[in-house]
Amino acid sequence: MGLYMKFFSMHLKSQMQYKTSFYFTALGQFLASFTVFLGIYFMFSIFEEVEGFAFSEVLLSFAVMLMAFSLAEMFGRGFDLFPRMLGNGQFDRALVRPRSIIFQTLAMQMDFTRLGRAAQALIVLIYAIPASGVHWSPDRFFTLFLMIVCGSLIFFALFMIYAAFSFFTVEGLEFMNIFTDGGVQFGRYPFSIYGEGILRFLTFVIPLALVQYYPLLYLLGREDSLLYMFAPLMGTIFLLPAYGFFRFGLSQYKSTGS
Amino acid sequence: MITLENINKTFRVAKRQAGFSNAFKALFSREYEHIHALSNVSFTINEGEMVGYIGPNGAGKSTTIKIMCGVLTPESGICQINGLTPWKHRISHVREIGVVFGQRSQLWWDVPVIDSFELIRDIYKTDRIAYKKNLEELSHLLELTEILKTPARSLSLGQRMRCEIAASLLHSPKILFLDEPTIGLDAPSKLAVRQFIKELNQKNGTTVLLTTHDMQDIEALSERILLIGKGKILLDGSLNELKKRATNRKTLIIEYAGKPPEICEGMSVIEDKNKRIIITLDPDVISITDAISRLSADTAISDLSIASITAEEMVAALYREYSI
Repeated sequence: MGLYMKFFSMHLKSQMQYKTSFYFTALGQFLASFTVFLGIYFMFSIFEEVEGFAFSEVLLSFAVMLMAFSLAEMFGRGFDLFPRMLGNGQFDRALVRPRSIIFQTLAMQMDFTRLGRAAQALIVLIYAIPASGVHWSPDRFFTLFLMIVCGSLIFFALFMIYAAFSFFTVEGLEFMNIFTDGGVQFGRYPFSIYGEGILRFLTFVIPLALVQYYPLLYLLGREDSLLYMFAPLMGTIFLLPAYGFFRFGLSQYKSTGS
Repeated sequence: MITLENINKTFRVAKRQAGFSNAFKALFSREYEHIHALSNVSFTINEGEMVGYIGPNGAGKSTTIKIMCGVLTPESGICQINGLTPWKHRISHVREIGVVFGQRSQLWWDVPVIDSFELIRDIYKTDRIAYKKNLEELSHLLELTEILKTPARSLSLGQRMRCEIAASLLHSPKILFLDEPTIGLDAPSKLAVRQFIKELNQKNGTTVLLTTHDMQDIEALSERILLIGKGKILLDGSLNELKKRATNRKTLIIEYAGKPPEICEGMSVIEDKNKRIIITLDPDVISITDAISRLSADTAISDLSIASITAEEMVAALYREYSI
């Protein structure tokens, strides 16, 4: 952890060298995701509710997904830039250092301009918590906490899969964005509105619904079962195949080179 | 210390052909080409040795280094370094080695060099007293004191390379791998880097393996040379042995006044203009003393120098000989 902080301060020093660029990118990020918020707002100024969810409830689901995503993005930036690390030899450098590969991947890239998105997620969340009409109690707060933390772990796992793919190919990796960026965009609304098939896919294959739809039902008091409350924890099992795939990619890389 | 036995490495490269229809076909079935990057590479390097690893581009030098650093896994063969197999014991192995990739920096671009050094200290968990001692010694030998507070982006190439080398030695590795350490440097920087590597090897007994295309590096640094071509180790010997093997002809460069000197058996003229003649001679046919006395018999010689084949010419001759 100490070493991570050391890397953190190095990144901060580096990025502060270009202050103007830093502030503008952060601002840009902030505004870009703000439009999404406006989109929801305008939609609900026409329709009162979507598939049985009120505006304030949808807002809560959006806030959770956005928060989870921006956390994952802040810490998992290294996976996002992984193809570049492979290309420019930084990854080879990581391999000759006596530290874990995943740790180094995460520590070698940090992007504080993503704080813009995180800050916005926090604002939406602070607004949505009282506005959502949920009767807040300790167990519901805990559920919310699980949704955010486990949600960011799932996004993190998706980033790791993206990185693992880049061991094999450098082209056409954009399809992964359907799940990462797409997860946030679609996650604006509870996943049930997309129909049974998609919900099932997001439950059993890429378990984003486990951190969004099911625990949301618990928060809203529509389901009482603890299964719904702890669904986010089950979602984190997704980290295992993601990690396995990454290790597999790494062993391929070592036997084929770049 | 370092032992490689029958290391083999093949890369599978997808064949790509021009044109849209071929690109489309490649979507479904791809033809692969197998390139033998290394075939049965074996050598041993003892503790404290300094070895020059040479060969043309694409011969397999970098692949060998990457295998020894634990970056790549070979298909077959044994590699033992300090008793460890690099690709199996990556973390404990890399603690004992330092690597300089001449074309790739390990310094942080925008922060002062000293900050990069401190980060490296923490990555290797080097103890602070040892680090301080190393840093002082390295800054003294590589003349870094004045540039440590400068961000890497504002350093000249020569300054940066000196910092790179220092960065790779902060954790006092037993073995140093240098991949083209003098590439693109100006003459004073090259000399400084060579001088330093030599001292490091002699004083600290660090084992050094360096690849280079600069034959003066080889001439100045290594006693022993490994020549690789097309993935095979072709020669392993001292620089002098290799030179003799390539040719033992000597070159005489003579500046003269008046009429040109007379040429006799065992000599041949390479060039003769502006009162300057270049002659090569075969010492098996005519000795150098005889040659000079013959040449100076009726000619006024104003300047004379004798050179044996340069390392550059030797390597070119070797590459020709093995057609690599």
